[in-house]
Amino acid sequence: MATYQSIKHDLDYGGYAGALMPIATFTSDGSDSDASFTSGIDSTYDTYLFIFNNIHPQTDNRGLRFIASTNGGSSYGVATTTTWFKTSHGEGDAGGSLAYNTGNDAHESTSAIPLLTEQANDNDMALSGRMYLYNPSSTTFAKHFICEGAMAESGGGGDDAACHKFISGYINTTSAVNAIKFDMEGGEIQGGTIQLFGVH
Amino acid sequence: MATYSSIRHNFSVANSSTSSQIGAGAMKLIKSIDSDGSDSTISFVDGASSVVLDNTYKTYIFELINIHPESNDAYLKFQCSIDGGSNYNVACTSTFFASYHLEDDSGAGLNYDTNLDLAQGTGFMSIGYGGSNLGDACEVSRLWLFNPSNTTFVKHFTLSGNGNLKAAIHGNNHNFAGGYFNTTSAIDAIQFKFATDEIQAGTIKMYGIA
Repeated sequence: MATYQSIKHDLDYGGYAGALMPIATFTSDGSDSDASFTSGIDSTYDTYLFIFNNIHPQTDNRGLRFIASTNGGSSYGVATTTTWFKTSHGEGDAGGSLAYNTGNDAHESTSAIPLLTEQANDNDMALSGRMYLYNPSSTTFAKHFICEGAMAESGGGGDDAACHKFISGYINTTSAVNAIKFDMEGGEIQGGTIQLFGVH
Repeated sequence: MATYSSIRHNFSVANSSTSSQIGAGAMKLIKSIDSDGSDSTISFVDGASSVVLDNTYKTYIFELINIHPESNDAYLKFQCSIDGGSNYNVACTSTFFASYHLEDDSGAGLNYDTNLDLAQGTGFMSIGYGGSNLGDACEVSRLWLFNPSNTTFVKHFTLSGNGNLKAAIHGNNHNFAGGYFNTTSAIDAIQFKFATDEIQAGTIKMYGIA
């Protein structure tokens, strides 16, 4: 017969606290050209959350970007429009600024979309952040997303700068988005994890 | 004595599409601390008072709810520790910006604030502007701390919050900060406090995401 003790330890709250349901985790093997999520993005959840932890680039000043698919990852490149701004502050107190960057926003671009760009590749540097993707399975509306992350831009071995970056926009399709691919602006992903959650 | 029946009806399991999803990871409430009305600090220390701040979770979230200061124009701040809370003084480089809007519509804007960021500073990082201590005023915020137990990389954080501006101004401010604690040692404690005087009300909830 089950005892209270065994029942207590057999309870799984299924992520009810915070309502985050784990779907998939990418863990870099140290030399990944990309990180693709080709299943688990469907109508099960209204909102999906990607959490980036310690994404380390092979190449200095190369950061994270993404691209969407409506055919399960057979091909990527859905027109996407975004805004992009950041704060920046150097370890040596240089800067201290808030700026929109027209070089990193996108307008109906079918190429990879800049997110947390220009990450330093010092051994102790990596980027972290998150991206919410809203209602990707809708066949009525465009698919909005909001991304925010903390990272360090390279000072070329000198004065690295803390950066807080904000990117949002919409994937301009009424087809269901069912796959997302992340990669770096150049070179490999050489460390870190990307987790995909469904949000109840 | 609790019966199975009462236990069964005392919790709710979220819908899951596969059994493997049930309980695997997800966001867990680790600790909730209510102000006793006169707190000089509120700290979360790994291994103390049921707090887990280690590699059990990759990501930690702190929800600051209705934090009320003793004194007007007191700045809510936080710092981290790598020695179990003996010292809160990890070098931090960060950014800070905010929007604001006054109740009488006499001012509004969006500004970066060089007074509230840090450049390898070991002092406490600002969460928001100096807030009002009027009876109905308080501050809320959500702080994300990424992989604090990692011993290879620096420790990034982001936060956003909202609060009442100091009493003489009467207005709203929406704050954003981000940066990193520049250490490859594991962070195992975090402390919140006002720059001056006490936390006199509010709750801080700590969550982990595995």
